[in-house]
Amino acid sequence: MRDNMHLMTQMTPWARKLGFRVTRIERAHVWGVQPWSADFSGDPDTGVIHGGVITSFLDNLSGMACGAALEQFRAVATLDLRIDYMRPADQGRDIIGEAHCYHLTRTIAFTHAWAYHESRDKVIATASAAFAINKIRAPSSAGSF
Amino acid sequence: MDRNADLAARLNRMGMVKSLGMRVEQDHAGLIAHLPFQDDLIGNFTIQALHGGAIGAFLELTAMAEVILKTEGGIQPKTINLTIDYLRQGRARDLHARARITKLGRRIASVRAEAWQENESEPVAALTAHFLIGTEEAADSTRTADP
Repeated sequence: MRDNMHLMTQMTPWARKLGFRVTRIERAHVWGVQPWSADFSGDPDTGVIHGGVITSFLDNLSGMACGAALEQFRAVATLDLRIDYMRPADQGRDIIGEAHCYHLTRTIAFTHAWAYHESRDKVIATASAAFAINKIRAPSSAGSF
Repeated sequence: MDRNADLAARLNRMGMVKSLGMRVEQDHAGLIAHLPFQDDLIGNFTIQALHGGAIGAFLELTAMAEVILKTEGGIQPKTINLTIDYLRQGRARDLHARARITKLGRRIASVRAEAWQENESEPVAALTAHFLIGTEEAADSTRTADP
């Protein structure tokens, strides 16, 4: 997984469009960076990036953290995702994302994630999510749950 | 009609609305948002599923549009928090959504929204969100100070 880290977001069209990439992977833990872009602003007066970018970024990293926690490759699907926005992201600055899969059952993975500029002491947003771990089955039915 | 044109203009000033390619219109039941399918919205190439983040962004913007429509002259609504339930796989086709304001306070709006593809009664995802609304002054007084 670590060797293919830079390819992971390249294979996901929406991630490629937003321009975020994975920068570091450890067991159950994934980090990434989302560059600032005017194309994804949410407030025309301030140029602040839209929350949807952070939703996409943290959802994606959280799913990857599940992958990094599992012993063998299994597809995961987001069940639900909650985001709390603490403060707006600064215009023109990259956003760092960090996701941790803190608990696994046979069927569900639980995650926490953070978006910030410098450190987790001053977060832009936090996320918590649950993912369904899909059973290994024929490719034709993969992804349904 | 002017109000709809004004809403569309306000939405289109947001880069994210244009990047997603979404648009809104009024029908018999109120505001409806459309997200025409494009390859960029795919999250899983193998199974051709829409990205959960794209669905989430679309739902958040649909909810925001409903708030803008119902709070004429107010500030740009600011998202406080949101929860998205992913109910069905989003397939490689158009997505539609409607939002409903469950509580419109002076400073905070509570909103629900649902997105579907073929059938409105079979939602792909559902959102619950809170937005900070009101006048510029009210918004400033509710913003928490940085430590």
